[in-house]
Amino acid sequence: MADIKPDAVLDCKGMNCPLPILKTKKAIQGLTTGQVLLLEVTDAGSKSDIPALLRRTGDELVEMKESNGVFSFTIKKG
Amino acid sequence: MEKKKKRMAIIASKGTLDMAYPPLILASTAAAMDAEVAIFFTLYGVDIVNKKKNHSLKVAPIANPAMPSPVPFPNILGVLPGMTSLATMMMNGMVKKINWPSIPELLNLCTEAGVRMIACTPTLEMTGVSKDDLVEGVEVAGAAEFLDFAFDADISLFV
Repeated sequence: MADIKPDAVLDCKGMNCPLPILKTKKAIQGLTTGQVLLLEVTDAGSKSDIPALLRRTGDELVEMKESNGVFSFTIKKG
Repeated sequence: MEKKKKRMAIIASKGTLDMAYPPLILASTAAAMDAEVAIFFTLYGVDIVNKKKNHSLKVAPIANPAMPSPVPFPNILGVLPGMTSLATMMMNGMVKKINWPSIPELLNLCTEAGVRMIACTPTLEMTGVSKDDLVEGVEVAGAAEFLDFAFDADISLFV
């Protein structure tokens, strides 16, 4: 899949639940519908927490990647 | 038609550091997940939203066998002078290690996320705490006001 150029990048590396959730929500609120956020986290719980958040907020998880303990989420605002 | 929002009602009745985190973490997270959230602070729980006290909440070591200790430690020794500060220091260290926000910071996040925070009127009366002592944005109301919100809740928790 071709890389989507994000409109915003959020670095939550080193943060633990609930901070990545709260910061992600705030970052999404700052976008307009269709814009893309790239989120990077190291908290292992985020692997399931971020998809759960997005199921509730109605935003779209376009892609999730993991490399060297960093999870990268590409999120499109719904 | 807009989907009806989920609703969570929490009662926070404890004023120790370890019991202050769960209601605030769940509340701020639920609000981020688009739920309507209210926390009713009652009895010792009011300390969590008391500006004069909430930066120095403590951990009670007595009757808390789950508390981690570097050395084997009979719980009854928790009565010794200094043990509450020691337990509190240890918890603050753990909180710092994982970069958790402090209680006042977490309250800010709750306010920002739109969590309704209600302090119980008779508790304020009883303990001589005034509305000015409370964190900004905290409402003062009684049981009926909270219950009016909680009757329609999908999740209700007593902490």
